[in-house]
Amino acid sequence: MSEPTQITRTRAGTFGEWYASGAPWVWMTGGAVALAGLLVVGLLALIAIRGLGHFWPSPLIEAVYVEPGKEPTPLVAQLGYSETVSTARLQSAGINVSDDQEFYERRLVKVANRDVYGADFRYLLDDWIQQRTTPEELSVFERLEWGDLYGYLIQISEQGASVGEGDLWEEFRERHGRARDLHHQIERVQEGDIGAINYALEQLRLRERRMELNDNQSEQAMAEIERQRSELNAEYAELQQELQSLNEQIQRDSITVQVQNGRTVTVSLAEVVRGYRPNAMGLVAKISFYFAKVWEFVSDEPREANTEGGVFPAIFGTVLMVMLMSVFVTPFGVVAALYLREYAKQGVVTRIIRIAVNNLAGVPSIVYGVFGLGFFVYALGGSIDELFFPAALPSPTFGTGGIFWASLTLALLTLPVVIVSTEEGLARIPRSLREASLALGATKAETLWKIVLPMSSPAMMTGLILAIARAAGEVAPLMLVGVVKLAPSLPLDGNFPYLHLDRKFMHLGFHIYDVGFQSPNVEAARPLVYATALLLVLVIVILNLAAVRIRNRLRERYRALEH
Amino acid sequence: MRSKDKDAYIETLDVEGIGARAEAPNASDVAMTVDGLNLFYGDKQALKDINLDIKKGEVTAFIGPSGCGKSTLLRCFNRMNDLVDTVHITGQIRLGDKNIFDKDVDVARLRRQVGMVFQKPNPFPKSIYENVAYGLRLAGVKKKRVLDETVEWALKGAALWDEVKDRLNESALGMSGGQQQRLVIARSIAIQPDVLLLDEPCSALDPISTLKVEELIAELKKEFTILIVTHNMQQAARVSDYTAFMYLGEMVEYGETDQLFTNPEKKQTEDYITGRYG
Repeated sequence: MSEPTQITRTRAGTFGEWYASGAPWVWMTGGAVALAGLLVVGLLALIAIRGLGHFWPSPLIEAVYVEPGKEPTPLVAQLGYSETVSTARLQSAGINVSDDQEFYERRLVKVANRDVYGADFRYLLDDWIQQRTTPEELSVFERLEWGDLYGYLIQISEQGASVGEGDLWEEFRERHGRARDLHHQIERVQEGDIGAINYALEQLRLRERRMELNDNQSEQAMAEIERQRSELNAEYAELQQELQSLNEQIQRDSITVQVQNGRTVTVSLAEVVRGYRPNAMGLVAKISFYFAKVWEFVSDEPREANTEGGVFPAIFGTVLMVMLMSVFVTPFGVVAALYLREYAKQGVVTRIIRIAVNNLAGVPSIVYGVFGLGFFVYALGGSIDELFFPAALPSPTFGTGGIFWASLTLALLTLPVVIVSTEEGLARIPRSLREASLALGATKAETLWKIVLPMSSPAMMTGLILAIARAAGEVAPLMLVGVVKLAPSLPLDGNFPYLHLDRKFMHLGFHIYDVGFQSPNVEAARPLVYATALLLVLVIVILNLAAVRIRNRLRERYRALEH
Repeated sequence: MRSKDKDAYIETLDVEGIGARAEAPNASDVAMTVDGLNLFYGDKQALKDINLDIKKGEVTAFIGPSGCGKSTLLRCFNRMNDLVDTVHITGQIRLGDKNIFDKDVDVARLRRQVGMVFQKPNPFPKSIYENVAYGLRLAGVKKKRVLDETVEWALKGAALWDEVKDRLNESALGMSGGQQQRLVIARSIAIQPDVLLLDEPCSALDPISTLKVEELIAELKKEFTILIVTHNMQQAARVSDYTAFMYLGEMVEYGETDQLFTNPEKKQTEDYITGRYG
């Protein structure tokens, strides 16, 4: 018998041992996790910084812009970011820079006063912005139209007559407060009361038209409609009167602002959303201003082609659509999964169905949009209109995109994830528990209802969480089935039946696209793209966290699976 | 067991005795009757011509090596095998005069008459109270008072009341394994079945819990007919009045426990209980 060969550790040596110890594997896997974490944090940080910085009141400088070979021009502006540009590029752009320097700093500045200069933003060479000062009296006036107005407040007039000696700014704040109150009153009358009357009048018209179509125009009913209509019209006239007087009152005051070289602009106070003097503000004032702006952003309606004001309708539309989607997709998906897993005979057919369902998850979302438009909107919606809303034709009710169809389309899009995770949940219920229930005299249906379904509810919630995450961020299909740039009214309001499923709606994802790429004022829109993106992420996170909380609670209750 | 031993063992089988009707102890006291029962999993026959009378109010134990079909036979009594698609059954099991395999039998009702306790404790993820009330609610009991009384009666019957009476609304999953198994027994007796099937009820329990369950079985047989499958021959000897020895899907011997353990008629039985077999 020969001696067994002596085994010596041949890998002795630095690299071999290090490799064998598994350390590189740990480094590689850990590195991948770290990189993923870094990417997520970086993404959030980028959109947070770019988006949230927008609302901070940055100082307003007064300076002289000295372009070689030209008259120096006065400049009142807020400074934006700067970039390094090569001399050659500037020269080719027709700017007269000397070759002494290879690079120049080019800065984006906001000069506002669009009605005076034509554009809010300019790119200027940093070196040429000279004699910078920050006078406290420089003011910013946010207007309903034409964007911001930068300059010195020099006069306040009431009915054309100059008022307010001494502290003009105090006077402005007082009168502006009054104007804002009136503005809110006008808004209430316009959107609340007059909106309700318009809605009622439209309902009356539809009722009349319905009778006409049914050949059922009894004298009495027609008289009743006529009576109601004249009542509504009288109310309308009254409100109109009120509105007129409010409008007259709000137009009472105006301010005159000196913008440059003695040029002045006069604006009615009704037009001014907000006035402030950034250079005179302390830190506390700036912080409170900041939060007021952020609040406006999340709670107000958009103005100026979506580049000013808030995005509340878009937040509302997104959340409502996701909720409707959840309401549609959960029962449907759960029922389908239940049949597939519990009742269907497992065989070739069920396997094919499962493969088909899984593949549905991979279909590009725009395809669902096309399907939604063709099937839901045109085919189903068109038939619904003919059957139930003939009075409104030719203007469509459900035969056009709306929040109902959008939610249904997204429900279809997210159906596979709900089915798959529900099925997985059902499969995980221990056989012993089903047998226990059956052995106590429960039928199969009773066992499903009382034991299996409650216990697999966490899995259903997992499916719903995945569905929400996917649906809330989806934009492409929505563009075909009901999302609009600017919706005249929310899908939920005080007019019966309160939830208007046929209405078009706004969506944060589409808002990002619209503001970012369809806006005439690119520079003004850019920070809003980031802010809206951050908001969209936040909305999705909040929706998801809510669902996760519910799931955890359910898990806690049905812990049996974890043993 | 190695296959050579197995072959030798099979050779010793007394062919005539197999399939012959096991003596009915007393015809009027019969709870259930098994008559010519054959069971197939697909093509494979798992039970071969089983004939047997289960005596009312007594404990009948089924013993035999793993895979001999004793659990399969037990699961025939409440038609639990219906859940397996490939199962095919011929022959009869009669409860009273009724063949439980008849088409018009309401399986849910049958299972209320023939309750079952499984190997592993399987309480529902509900409160202790709701676990016991589950079968009652299914049976349509709605009155709170009736539910309360029955739950208490069942928990007392399962010797669990004193341990849990102060935490009826806590989750049953927080109990120990032995308590869970007694809870499952309480759940089964709450609907007051005629027959109770116990499928190796102690195999997942520690010795002390096992002892408690065995004591409980002795108590329960005053009210219920009990069928118990067990791996443990000592347990069968301790708790049962009648014992059936099964081997390879066949009923080898069935008789009074004392008789079967002290003086078995068949050699295979003797080999098994004296440990000469696997």
